[in-house]
Amino acid sequence: MFKLEPRPQASKFWGIGSPLLALIITVIIGIAIFMLMGKDPVKGLLVFFWEPIKSGYALSELAVKATPLLLIALGLAVCFRSNVWNIGAEGQFVLGAVTAGGVALLADKTTGPWIIPLILIAGVLGGMLWAGIVALLRDRFNASEILVSLMLVYVAELVLSYMVYGPWKDPNGFNFPQSKNFEKVTQIPKLFDGTRMNVGLLIALFGVVGMWIFMFRTYGGFQLQVGGLAPAAAKYAGFSSRRALWTALLVSGGMAGLAGALEVAGPIGQLTPYVPAGYGFAAIIVAFVGRLNPIGIVFSAILMSMFYIGGELAQSRLGLPKSLTGVFQGLLLFTLLACDTLIAYRIKFSKSAGGK
Amino acid sequence: MESFALLIAATFNAGTVLAIAALGLLINEKSGIVNLGAEGMMLCAAIAGFAAVVHTGNDWVGFAAGMAAGAGMAALFGVLVIWLNTNQYATGLALSLFGAGFSAFVGVKYVQEKLPARPSYAIPGLADIPFIGPALFKQHPLAYIGIALALAIIWFLFKTRAGLVLRSVGESPESAHSLGYPVRRIRLLAVMFGGAMCGLSGAYLSIIYTPLWVEGMVSGKGWIALALTTFATWRPLRVLFGAYLFGGVTMMQFHLQSQGVDIPSQFLSMAPYLATIVVLALISRNPAWIRINMPASVGKPFYPGS
Repeated sequence: MFKLEPRPQASKFWGIGSPLLALIITVIIGIAIFMLMGKDPVKGLLVFFWEPIKSGYALSELAVKATPLLLIALGLAVCFRSNVWNIGAEGQFVLGAVTAGGVALLADKTTGPWIIPLILIAGVLGGMLWAGIVALLRDRFNASEILVSLMLVYVAELVLSYMVYGPWKDPNGFNFPQSKNFEKVTQIPKLFDGTRMNVGLLIALFGVVGMWIFMFRTYGGFQLQVGGLAPAAAKYAGFSSRRALWTALLVSGGMAGLAGALEVAGPIGQLTPYVPAGYGFAAIIVAFVGRLNPIGIVFSAILMSMFYIGGELAQSRLGLPKSLTGVFQGLLLFTLLACDTLIAYRIKFSKSAGGK
Repeated sequence: MESFALLIAATFNAGTVLAIAALGLLINEKSGIVNLGAEGMMLCAAIAGFAAVVHTGNDWVGFAAGMAAGAGMAALFGVLVIWLNTNQYATGLALSLFGAGFSAFVGVKYVQEKLPARPSYAIPGLADIPFIGPALFKQHPLAYIGIALALAIIWFLFKTRAGLVLRSVGESPESAHSLGYPVRRIRLLAVMFGGAMCGLSGAYLSIIYTPLWVEGMVSGKGWIALALTTFATWRPLRVLFGAYLFGGVTMMQFHLQSQGVDIPSQFLSMAPYLATIVVLALISRNPAWIRINMPASVGKPFYPGS
């Protein structure tokens, strides 16, 4: 049997080594899955790790998927660093998409491009509202933010469903549950012609820098982190845990809502029941794999969007279910958590130590 | 009157799904460990059970397969959390995310499958009583096993030595360890029991309740079951009644729709989720209620000798 021996200091090496080891283990399990399904594992790996980066257009699609993941994960990193367990970013994303979509639907032929900032602000406010409910119930009623934020995911999806089946249904849409296509003027400006990449990517990258400064260079960010790591110390120092709770949830809710707005006014261009694509849940994995660090999150967001694109390609090219994406995402988080043990502990193998 | 009896029967049926899972999670949490993977375990068990019935035609093989799937996943979670000291919340979440993906992946080829017609169940004699019979005595055997499970858990937790040891492990793992109890093995068993019950509940959902397989079909019932243990302040009978109450909330939407009430279906479907939030807020408002029966070390890691 083995025994874990606490390290005197957290290992810097394994801080970065652990996600890489987790990725390697996930890939090995992936190869096993491909072989079990009777597919060529080399083809399988190419679909996930080469196809998404092999051309300029493929890279632009990668960026399209990475943008919402990046935005949401940045907000979640603030939450998790403050020890606030917001796991309902998916709901905040969906509600942001609904409020942003509501503004976008107001546009008509005479509307100017000034509508775009309003759409984005509406998305941010929608996400903040949804996360604000969580903060309020945690703050005033001590209700678990884990359960409340998760329940609100289902509620947000039903709100979206009501809107697209009811008041916002396109009257000329052959009775499909979807809104009319947004006016062209609401379209988030694209970065290059011929791709779907838009200004959202720049906003996300700007968010990376902003979040890094906030977390590591401001007193507010410092207070949040102390509150997360050592609540007693934070209390002693007079840092308000209530303010930390509200800040963490409103920031992450706003970021998720912004991602929702960029998604509906960008690549999607209308409201449909298929707006929720699981980005809010995948972003939890992005945040952890990226070590809750803005720079790390850039890399993990790219990796996770490779999983998304790989899953779609595995469906069209290899005839595997698209849900393979979810399998790999879950596996990666699972193996990461196991590998993270190496950061705080050294493994000692011994013959006598029992498994008590 | 007739329709009211059917509503009670449907409530009983829906409540059973929640009750079995929540009672398992209760034992799980009494050992001091929270497993947020309930939703994922139920999903994997739902497809495992459904697939087993499709291939063997025997419901009980399906239930066993569901329990095995749940317990297996819980064991994986348990080893990570108990031996490798990973964060309980994050690991449970990983299990839920993985379970959602994996069940969808495996379940693709079962989406179109239909199970043979279920036999109708009835307790001879009792089922013929007017009103009470159709309301209470025409359920699948598992509905009664759910009640028996609650009673057995009460007896186990409060009347047996093993139950006392389990509670002490959840209250103070350090003291239990110093008394020589194998804290980690006990926790693993409790976690696996929780997984097996979530598995049974998931299999009941896909084999009896719906009965079909749809991606994501558990739709939050695992999370509601987790919330139920808190609502019920970790008391088995309250878990049982809470489960029926929420079963009733779920069924109310179908009842109201059949009565022609003019509310959009989406708002009716929100009811169980909103009710969970409201009840959670009301119960959590008073920390004393929660703290009396909450296992003192719940959610905190324990590593002997550290």
